[in-house]
Amino acid sequence: MALYILKRLLAMVPTLLGVAVLIFLLLRVIPGDVVEARYLTQGSQFQSQELMDLERKKLGLDQPLWKQFGSWMSGLGRLDFGLSMWTASPITEEIKLRFALSLQVAIMASTIATLLAIPLGILAAVKQDSWVDYAVRVFSIAGLATPSFWLGTLMILAMLIIFKWVPPMVFTPLWVNPWDNLAQLIWPALAVGYRYCAVGTRMMRSTMLEVLREDYIRTARAKGLWLKLILTRHALKNAILPVLTVISMEFAFLLGGLVVTEQVFNLNGLGMLFVEAISHRDYTLTQALVMLVATFFLIVNFVVDIAYAWLDPRIRYR
Amino acid sequence: MATLLEVRNLKTSFLSAAGTVRAVDGVSWDVEAGETVALVGESGCGKSVSALSIMRLVAEPAGRIEGGEILYKGRDLLKLSEEEMRAVRGRDIAMIFQEPMTSLNPVLSIGRQLTEGLEIHMKMNPAQARARAIELLAMVGIPDPERRLAQYPHHFSGGMRQRMMIAMALACNPSLILADEPTTALDVTIQAQILELMRDLARRLGVAMLIITHNLGVVARYADRVNVMYAGRIIERARAGELYANPRHPYTLGLLRSVPRLDEPRRARLDPIEGQPPDLTRLPPGCSFAPRCTYRVERCTESAPPLAALGAEHCSACWEAQRLVRERAA
Ligand SMILES: Nc1ncnc2c1ncn2[C@@H]1O[C@H](COP(=O)(O)OP(=O)(O)OP(=O)(O)O)[C@@H](O)[C@H]1O
Ligand SMILES: [Mg+2]
Repeated sequence: MALYILKRLLAMVPTLLGVAVLIFLLLRVIPGDVVEARYLTQGSQFQSQELMDLERKKLGLDQPLWKQFGSWMSGLGRLDFGLSMWTASPITEEIKLRFALSLQVAIMASTIATLLAIPLGILAAVKQDSWVDYAVRVFSIAGLATPSFWLGTLMILAMLIIFKWVPPMVFTPLWVNPWDNLAQLIWPALAVGYRYCAVGTRMMRSTMLEVLREDYIRTARAKGLWLKLILTRHALKNAILPVLTVISMEFAFLLGGLVVTEQVFNLNGLGMLFVEAISHRDYTLTQALVMLVATFFLIVNFVVDIAYAWLDPRIRYR
Repeated sequence: MATLLEVRNLKTSFLSAAGTVRAVDGVSWDVEAGETVALVGESGCGKSVSALSIMRLVAEPAGRIEGGEILYKGRDLLKLSEEEMRAVRGRDIAMIFQEPMTSLNPVLSIGRQLTEGLEIHMKMNPAQARARAIELLAMVGIPDPERRLAQYPHHFSGGMRQRMMIAMALACNPSLILADEPTTALDVTIQAQILELMRDLARRLGVAMLIITHNLGVVARYADRVNVMYAGRIIERARAGELYANPRHPYTLGLLRSVPRLDEPRRARLDPIEGQPPDLTRLPPGCSFAPRCTYRVERCTESAPPLAALGAEHCSACWEAQRLVRERAA
């Protein structure tokens, strides 16, 4: 088992290297760089070429690509992301709070979604074609059809109009003031959690329906087990695996993919940072963000694989 | 001997796109305590549905038991509440299924699947249940049972899984086991072993058994009495030896000619019955076997023959049963 985990972790290295090469080249293929971005936004297209070249030299952009890549890699090897090209402050500092915020929203949304999706999906499957099932289906189809940012806007409007209250607009870390923190983050978590929950519910319902038709469920019923035991012990363990995959991928996506919702709730999360970094052509920051999100994806994937092996004895560690 | 299970005029049907499938169409049969009864017939004639109806496990909502009585020790199972019925399943009546590869839960250990019934029906604590599970595995001939408990179904071969199913069925000392084609999915060599095991255990423990099969060869060796089923009805019933010696229904005769017999020297060739079983949504008005029957007369297509007694413990549903006997004697 320990060997398996080690092997899997090592197998992440080539994937990450591939991602690194890809993002490195991709960034340099899009027209413009940080120097142009800065001076163009300042409206002074007439900056002297020398000055701009000087700036590029300071940032190391005049070096050959392999050298730039090499120094980035050696930094990564020391877990040092370097400085942001735009703000010139350490990237770790830039990302820290935003990562905490995004991670917290992702965790809260996933928790809400999972805790709702699993029982709802099971209920709908067990009561297939009854009014309960229809209600759950309407709930989840509506969730799929509702964009999170729109739901978020509605939530803010509703709170404003009905309660004359808006959630705090400035991020307070959980460890500073949990109450303010939750008062701000619970809403975006609910807004994205709804869609997420809808995806999970549909998946749970369909896999559960499939499992309930299996022969071993009939065997379990023939043994005279209680319905509750059949569902939790015999059916759920088989039906949960595909749901787990969907839920975890959605979770990983939440970390960096919430651009519009972050805007609606005025959150300074990773999604917004991504957009800023790219529009500033801030190579170092964009690269760091991509590597961070990619690593996160791989880790989530890895945890899911371990969970699979744990839930399904047919899967062997290799 | 006392009658353990008596099925009276049982009707089970399925609603499908093509219409109502009369899978079991008014059958009556019984099982006495400790006896082994066989239910024989071609694929699709309603054998599995009969057994599932006894357990009240017919797939809902498409399937429905429409009428009849299922008297177990005098109590009508169809009148029990769902909770009362649950207490009967696995405790009084257990079932063994055809497909050993899919009938065990792949993610639960053998031990878990064996002990859960014991914990629920016999109120055993985990230690007692475990001890009993080891005893059961040893009883069905699984070597090294203690180690096997921690394993999963995928570690077991088909034959082993069927032994495990038998152990599971026997766990709570039921008085009746419904075995739905317990060996059809297995290798021929293993089939015999499993059937021997079931017969020996049934005798030793005094358990009554309903063996469902489409193989009359199995019936001869392992059953006391035989019910032959065709298109949702019982068309002949007799003691096993009597049925072999004197089949009184053309369908039974056809079945006997179509299977190799273990108790006879090898015959030159087997004659399968011509034609297909009827569509259960559109049964003909007369005898449902008439279209395939070589003894058919005009009357057969007009009205269905009742299951009539032709002597002690032998009945047949054929208008021409007497002619069949005469012609075979000649
Ligand atoms: N869930 C179901 N829905 C619709 N029809 C069904 C269902 N289960 C069984 N039937 C129909 O009932 C009839 C009897 O089926 P059954 O499974 O009892 O046959 P069987 O005698 O056990 O055959 P086999 O030897 O193939 O197991 C078949 O015509 C089948 O199509
Ligand atoms: Mg069957």
